[in-house]
Amino acid sequence: MTAQTNDIPPHGTHPNWQWYAGTAVAAVLWLLLYRQLIPFSEWATALFPVARNSHTGEAIAFFLYDVPKVLLLLTLIVFVTGVLRSWFSPEKTRAILSGKREILGYPLAAALGVLTPFCSCSSVPLFIGFVSAGIPLGVTFSFLIAGPMVGPVGLGLLFGLVGWKIATVYLVFGFSIATLAGWVMGRMGLERYLQDWVRELNANVGNDLPEERLTMVDRIKIGLDQLLEILGKVWIWVVIGIAIGALIHGYVPEAMMLRIMGGEAWWSVPAAVAVGVPMYTNAAGVIPIVEALLGKGAALGTTLAFMMSVIALSLPEMIILKQVLTLRLIAIFIAVVASGILATGFLFNALL
Amino acid sequence: MKTVKIYGPGCKRCETTEAMVKDAAARLGIETTVEKVTVQREIAMAGVMSTPGITVDGKLVHAGGVPDATKLDSWLTA
Repeated sequence: MTAQTNDIPPHGTHPNWQWYAGTAVAAVLWLLLYRQLIPFSEWATALFPVARNSHTGEAIAFFLYDVPKVLLLLTLIVFVTGVLRSWFSPEKTRAILSGKREILGYPLAAALGVLTPFCSCSSVPLFIGFVSAGIPLGVTFSFLIAGPMVGPVGLGLLFGLVGWKIATVYLVFGFSIATLAGWVMGRMGLERYLQDWVRELNANVGNDLPEERLTMVDRIKIGLDQLLEILGKVWIWVVIGIAIGALIHGYVPEAMMLRIMGGEAWWSVPAAVAVGVPMYTNAAGVIPIVEALLGKGAALGTTLAFMMSVIALSLPEMIILKQVLTLRLIAIFIAVVASGILATGFLFNALL
Repeated sequence: MKTVKIYGPGCKRCETTEAMVKDAAARLGIETTVEKVTVQREIAMAGVMSTPGITVDGKLVHAGGVPDATKLDSWLTA
């Protein structure tokens, strides 16, 4: 093992210092660009032949300010997350969770759900890997809910676009819902609603990987790789989301927003969830819409409920999970998570 | 004769990995059959939790992400 790792020459063609220097230069460049956002958007908006304070002018300014801002924020968040997550892996997470008492397992699983690198395309192998290692079903659900619900992309953009207070509220409640929903489902004894083949399964848990040793440069490379992959995939959702946000910002009258999404209308919370669940977009696409909604006076509880149901419950994910869960279990999963989201929405509309 | 299996649901990374394995085997002159496993159930059974995963002659050597080229060579020659 040691002899083998010694033989490997260090990282490709660039020497280490170039990677560190490159990262530092990129950070400075990022900061310089980020400080030019307002001058840039005002300058670019002025190029259009419309009055700055007209509906169209407002919408254009919102769009031209938000697109570069969100892309810059995304770049930073995805890179930093990619580097941080290189210290975690599904294998390590499984080892941590399988030794824990159940009651500690739920919050721990929710926390690891945020930190463990994983793509929804491998949620089936991951689910099997967890369950066959003896991790309780409820704890596994806490992990699976927390991943998308309190993902760093959504949280970071919320912080950058809407502010730290609402980002903190979102973090606390998203984390609590993941923990509690897992716990509730754990108490329900749902093992019999797994697909038959899953219950009879004996996955090869012993096939353990030797842990790969990564240098800091390897971690930077992982961050960069993530950045290119994720930015390439989500930019279109970002642009669409911001375009919708810009239309809301420019054209929707505040009075109408208050009537539909204001705190007075009790039905607005369930309606927001009903609209949000079938809607499929990336967290990066929904936050600009949230920004515009809040700016127009939509109630916080209603908006939180909308955002959570868009991000945490998605149809493609359910279709993937259908391979391991029966329809009945998927329905219970959606119902439990949606109840948590509804409760959060009502609570904040009542408090504020 | 080595048997390499690549476990993954058919994402872009899995295809890149497959091409890398074939290239490396050809370059090193190692006779290798490369097999892609895309059925979720079989991926899970092999103990792979993040994809693409790679086994060489049944031994799991890698899971999650495109592998490092130098490490790939060392798995094939080991």
